[in-house]
Amino acid sequence: MTTIQHISTGRRVKDRIVQGLVYLAFALAVVPLVSVLWLVISNGLARFDMEFLTHSMRNIGARDAGGGAYHAIIGTLEQVLLASVISVPIGLLTAIYLVEYGNGGRLSRAISFFVDVMTGIPSVVAGLFVLAFWILFLGMPYSGFAGAMALSILMMPTVVRSAEEMLRLVPGDLREASYALGVPKWRTIVKVVLPTALTGIITGVMLAVARVAGETAPLLLTVFFTDSINNDPFSGPQMGLPLFVFDQAARPNDTAIDRAWTGALTLILIVMLFNLVARLIAWWRSPARGR
Amino acid sequence: MSKQIQVSGLDAYYGGHKAIEDVSMTIEPRSITAFIGPSGCGKSTFLRTLNRMHEVIPGARVEGKVLLDGEDLYAPTVEPVSVRRMIGMVFQRPNPFPTMSIYENVAAGLRLNGRVSKSEMDGVVEESLKGANLWNEVKDRLSKPGAGLSGGQQQRLCIARAIAVKPQVLLMDEPCSALDPISTLAIEDLMAKLKDDYTIVIVTHNMQQAARVSDRTAFFNLAEQGKPGKVIEMDETSRMFTNPSEKATEDYITGRFG
Repeated sequence: MTTIQHISTGRRVKDRIVQGLVYLAFALAVVPLVSVLWLVISNGLARFDMEFLTHSMRNIGARDAGGGAYHAIIGTLEQVLLASVISVPIGLLTAIYLVEYGNGGRLSRAISFFVDVMTGIPSVVAGLFVLAFWILFLGMPYSGFAGAMALSILMMPTVVRSAEEMLRLVPGDLREASYALGVPKWRTIVKVVLPTALTGIITGVMLAVARVAGETAPLLLTVFFTDSINNDPFSGPQMGLPLFVFDQAARPNDTAIDRAWTGALTLILIVMLFNLVARLIAWWRSPARGR
Repeated sequence: MSKQIQVSGLDAYYGGHKAIEDVSMTIEPRSITAFIGPSGCGKSTFLRTLNRMHEVIPGARVEGKVLLDGEDLYAPTVEPVSVRRMIGMVFQRPNPFPTMSIYENVAAGLRLNGRVSKSEMDGVVEESLKGANLWNEVKDRLSKPGAGLSGGQQQRLCIARAIAVKPQVLLMDEPCSALDPISTLAIEDLMAKLKDDYTIVIVTHNMQQAARVSDRTAFFNLAEQGKPGKVIEMDETSRMFTNPSEKATEDYITGRFG
């Protein structure tokens, strides 16, 4: 006959130890995050002023104080937006093909394989590819658009993978319910499957945006460099915040180092702002909210 | 607006596996036909062949004829989407669209298929929800999400959604298996009411339910595991449950196997 067993002291101790280890691991993971944020905020606040946000570096000498990152902010916003405009539709349509039409056939397996390969591309290689093909081979000028193409190569696999996972999470029941109402497959995808997966897809896109917004290497090779404001991403060199930070941090005087910190802070804030907007859209569209 | 279904020599496959073999039957309009039988004998598969939902599964195919008032649903030129518009379906688990409100769920079939004016839509939604005995419970919260209703209400919402597109036939695949007895009763009452307008086919594991609601019953079984399912016997429900002509039917109904 079995009896009711009591939790032994040994198990109690083991439970405590493992619990402690888990908390420790959590603390270790948080330390670098907090310290980076702390460093950037404490060093970046000094120059985080209106001048920084509204002025470029034009005619600011190597040792001068003042100046700002307006040209870099404009550049980053335009480049990331263009990269999203290129990669999100392609990525989303690829994911839809893989989930809804591929059926694990040869083409869909090949696409999956190449998406995995793309995930592993170092960002500098994406930049080199655009440099070699677009700028050197086709003879196009340096431009924000060339940078956006390099960034979109980096974004695409992230968008495809996250959208694919989210679409697979949509229960088959819902598709069947829609088919059973006599709704064609494409309308089912557009009106039932995509809205159901929308929140997750937006999160995936934001992760991809956050990843490329901080890329420096591909921009170095494609958008070149400028201290002036260039609002047109399709012609002439532009700037980007990562480039700005890279440039200023390499200069030997304190005013430039301060500008670099503030540039980093601005970049973090922009990515956070993107995330916030995306969460708002997701919340606004979410099914749980009683409309 | 209810039609007769005639099935002759129907086989259904999943890839190389034959799930049902040589099914022939006539399903009368304005009546409830119940399919009973042990799990895995092909009742649901057969039900799904009636509105061409079977072929939605990759590798699945059908041989044989299904005639809806004499028109072959499997003729090469027939558009499967239009078949499903005429023959609606309610599933085992309630599956309202989670991104849509109660109103939008009922309106989904019409809205996803084309333009309907707002006032016309309001009328259809109210009529369908009344038809599904759900109107009084939800009329004050039509804009709330459909997924927030109880299981039984969700299933009636799915029935409302199915009848909103005005099908000729309503297929129900174990519609009460996930519901409590009170919700089950509500659905059964609803079926008895819908029978006046629709041809209803229901798959059920609940023998009492088949006996309570259906006019005719078909008993499905398979010879042994791995063999395709067949119709053993089909007759008036009253006769099937009191005096079946096949021994296997009697054994199943009295609970001696299955």
